[in-house]
Amino acid sequence: MQFFGGSDVSPSPPATTAAGHNANMMYMFNRNGVCLFYREWNRPLHTLNPQQDHKLMFGLLFSLKSLTAKMDPTSGDKGNLGMPQLPGQGCSFHCFRTNTYKLSFMESPSGIKIILVTHPKTGDLREATKYIYNLYVEYVVKNPMYAPGTPIRCDLFTTNLDQYVRSIS
Amino acid sequence: MPAVPPRSGDAIFASIERVNAELFTLTYGAIVRQLLTDLEEVDEVNKQLDQMGYNIGIRLIDEFLAKANISRCVDFKETADVIAKVGFKMFLGISASLTNWDADGTTCSIVLEDNPLVDFVELPDTCQGLHYCNVLSGVIRGALEMVSMKTEVTWVRDMLRGDDAYELQVKLLKQVPEEYPYKDDE
Repeated sequence: MQFFGGSDVSPSPPATTAAGHNANMMYMFNRNGVCLFYREWNRPLHTLNPQQDHKLMFGLLFSLKSLTAKMDPTSGDKGNLGMPQLPGQGCSFHCFRTNTYKLSFMESPSGIKIILVTHPKTGDLREATKYIYNLYVEYVVKNPMYAPGTPIRCDLFTTNLDQYVRSIS
Repeated sequence: MPAVPPRSGDAIFASIERVNAELFTLTYGAIVRQLLTDLEEVDEVNKQLDQMGYNIGIRLIDEFLAKANISRCVDFKETADVIAKVGFKMFLGISASLTNWDADGTTCSIVLEDNPLVDFVELPDTCQGLHYCNVLSGVIRGALEMVSMKTEVTWVRDMLRGDDAYELQVKLLKQVPEEYPYKDDE
């Protein structure tokens, strides 16, 4: 969905950094709102401190999910807006685009949320977020030194992620 | 992009890395043996096996969701079906079936035809209260908890104790919906 109808002229995709990454930044949250992972490759403007930034992002997605489910014209069951939802009910949104960036979102049934912010001309990133989820399973979940629910500090995951993100178009 | 259909248990089992079955069985046997030596009480060992299973389950769920391409299940019936048909096949290579649904649809039994954990195992008289495969009940409980279902999993029939099959009873206690974790005034 596009929020600002206005101009169709969007700025050209940002010049890729020396490392050649195609994404701006990435967040990962678990179901309790803990920010498991944050990585930025190209973010010129910082407006909030990291904790507020994470809370804002999580709150935004939580509300968006709730809103999009309630506005669903095809579903019969409509609870009150703001009521906590069971996983499995309602539709799930997967991206939104503004004139300067595109935000892609994926949530697994276990509550792991992956958010990828890229330049607006990027295509559908559902396969990419699924691939990142697989990377998470291989390098983080299967890592015995990682305690579930804590921020991720696994070098293998970060390296593989960087490598993969370079290839996203 | 069209939705990718969920993969069958057989397809996934064939495509992931596998470990030698005997190695797996003997390793598990060694764990149980060591727990019995360390803890001595059969009830303690049962509890510990369940706890170990729980810790495995909370991680296993992500691997399962990633590999099987399953989207959210609509109700508990579908969940149990997916566990029996895809889950057990994918991780242990065994087929399981569902029986004994109760009227609400909140309790069912999973029957395992064969069980790789118990090859070569006989329970001695001193360990008659032991649920040898209790790790499996912990795994199911842990995995379902990560998808917002609080369940109780118990062994109904156990071949090591003389019954004719392995039967696990899974009972759904409640579904816990997602809540906004931050307090509004923070």
